[in-house]
Amino acid sequence: MARYLLIDFGSTFTKLTAVDTEKGDIIGTSAKATTVASDIREGYHQALAALFAEIGHEVTFDKIIACSSAAGGLKMAAVGLVDELTVEAAKRVCLGAGAKVDLVFSHHLTNHEVQEIVNQKIDIVLLAGGSDGGNTECVLYNANKLGEMKISVPIVFAGNKTAEDDIKLIFQKYGMDGYICENVMPRINVLNVGSAKEKIREIFLKKIIAAKGIKKIEEEIDRVVLPTPEAVLQASELLSRGYMHEPGLGDIVIVDIGGATTDMYSMCLATNRSDVILHGLEEPFAKRTVEGDLGMRYSAPGIVKNLSKEEIRLIDEEKGIDIETEVAYRFHNVWSLPENEHDEHIDELLAEMCAYRAMHRHVGKIEEVFTPMGTVYNQTGKDLTEVEYVIGTGGVIINARDPFIILNKTKNVFSNTNELRPKHPGFLIDRKYILAAMGLLSQIDPLLALKIMKKHLKPINEEEGR
Amino acid sequence: MKTIVIGVIGADVHAVGNKIIEYTLTNHGYNVINIGVLSSQEDFINAAIEADAKLILVSSLYGQGEIDCRGMRDKCIEAGIGDILLYVGGNIVVGKQDFREVKKRFLDMGFNRIYPPGTPIDKALCDIKKDLGE
Repeated sequence: MARYLLIDFGSTFTKLTAVDTEKGDIIGTSAKATTVASDIREGYHQALAALFAEIGHEVTFDKIIACSSAAGGLKMAAVGLVDELTVEAAKRVCLGAGAKVDLVFSHHLTNHEVQEIVNQKIDIVLLAGGSDGGNTECVLYNANKLGEMKISVPIVFAGNKTAEDDIKLIFQKYGMDGYICENVMPRINVLNVGSAKEKIREIFLKKIIAAKGIKKIEEEIDRVVLPTPEAVLQASELLSRGYMHEPGLGDIVIVDIGGATTDMYSMCLATNRSDVILHGLEEPFAKRTVEGDLGMRYSAPGIVKNLSKEEIRLIDEEKGIDIETEVAYRFHNVWSLPENEHDEHIDELLAEMCAYRAMHRHVGKIEEVFTPMGTVYNQTGKDLTEVEYVIGTGGVIINARDPFIILNKTKNVFSNTNELRPKHPGFLIDRKYILAAMGLLSQIDPLLALKIMKKHLKPINEEEGR
Repeated sequence: MKTIVIGVIGADVHAVGNKIIEYTLTNHGYNVINIGVLSSQEDFINAAIEADAKLILVSSLYGQGEIDCRGMRDKCIEAGIGDILLYVGGNIVVGKQDFREVKKRFLDMGFNRIYPPGTPIDKALCDIKKDLGE
């Protein structure tokens, strides 16, 4: 018998979810604006009052834990050697740790690139390069460059282990805040996420949330335990795999369309087929990608930037709108909510485009190759064709009149035969916005978190009467 | 330990010889990065950069090797590993051609050693030891 309060300090809203283990369910939820600029506790108190109002009385909680993406979340720079190898591996580790990857650099760092790390207020730099026993020259050059340019943010070294001792000396020489981890790519095309991801989380909880003024909430709650995207990632993996005797949903995809980014998570193996040849860097079971140029408000201009003039005109004529004006308005009025049917219509259209393009970037590609030995299939990335469910979360999907149309864009609507998009998925909606909270609950009681997710993620067909 | 990148280039899926090469070179103390079949020039070069390889050994068994290998040395130069050794072997051209001609064409393309069909890996191994040291 216990009651838990799970908090998600989001960039916009502080979301509270109260769970009662006796009832085995959520007993209340609330959301108020995040107030990290003044004092994060204010927004928390307001949300708590709203929660108690919803429940009808005050509640004492046995445990209160939180995740956070407030104050810009966790901003990282991923540095590697070759784009397709250690750069990609470093990027995936950052994303898997729940970070936003604002900067990505390959080969030797330039002064300008290092200056960008300062300008963009990067929280942590992940420094990779070289497989174990491979190239050391580049990563040593880059460590020296970061030192010479007096980069003071934490630097996580996760490159060629042969360079480790020299890296330590460079960290000492320049008095850098350096950390040593296992290589993100110990062998060619082998991805090693664990060690660096763990270190990033540790630094996030020890230093970054303090620097962002989030840590003072720990005077009132037990702990901030995760960056929000990692909480969602953990919830997703639990929901997919199941826990002990409680089965999961199998292979799933989660689409989260927010104001600034579109996040996509897939829980499945790279392929279940035996007749394909996999190429490129190994794919993780739990994969997250973040599209910083696809979002409903801050990143709305990015949606249109991806289109040709011809496509824009086609949309304008077909829908009877001026999409560039609409996008500009949303960019300049990030707090605006749809006021009428027209606004809703535009928001849903933008969301469809976010879902379509984010999936285009996330999903694996297959190529038929005609060889003297017959046709073979060459695959890069993850095969999502047999995914059981696509789950929608984020305001625009949750509040859409017809979320089906948005989520349906993750399927192969334009028949691009080389994209391994979900073929016949069921669609679920995270109506109560519980994924991050359940990621937190999974730290304490995974079985209950799984049961609650299975109960509250609603099929669209059922709800919309489709 | 010296590192060698091996693989089968182009739309070629001949995997058996590739495994034998990996086995033999590994047994002789080389660090072998095997990028497998259906590999592009870029796959070879990227692996060689990250792994700091001294040699790329390209296999091609399906006759299209000449097309698949064109421009590879130039790409290595662009990628900053212009000095790397490039070997190629297998059925690297269409049909039965005079191998002296074939060899000349591949030398002109910037390959260091070119092996005719049916060359045992031990022959290449001798050259590797000469070029890289034991």
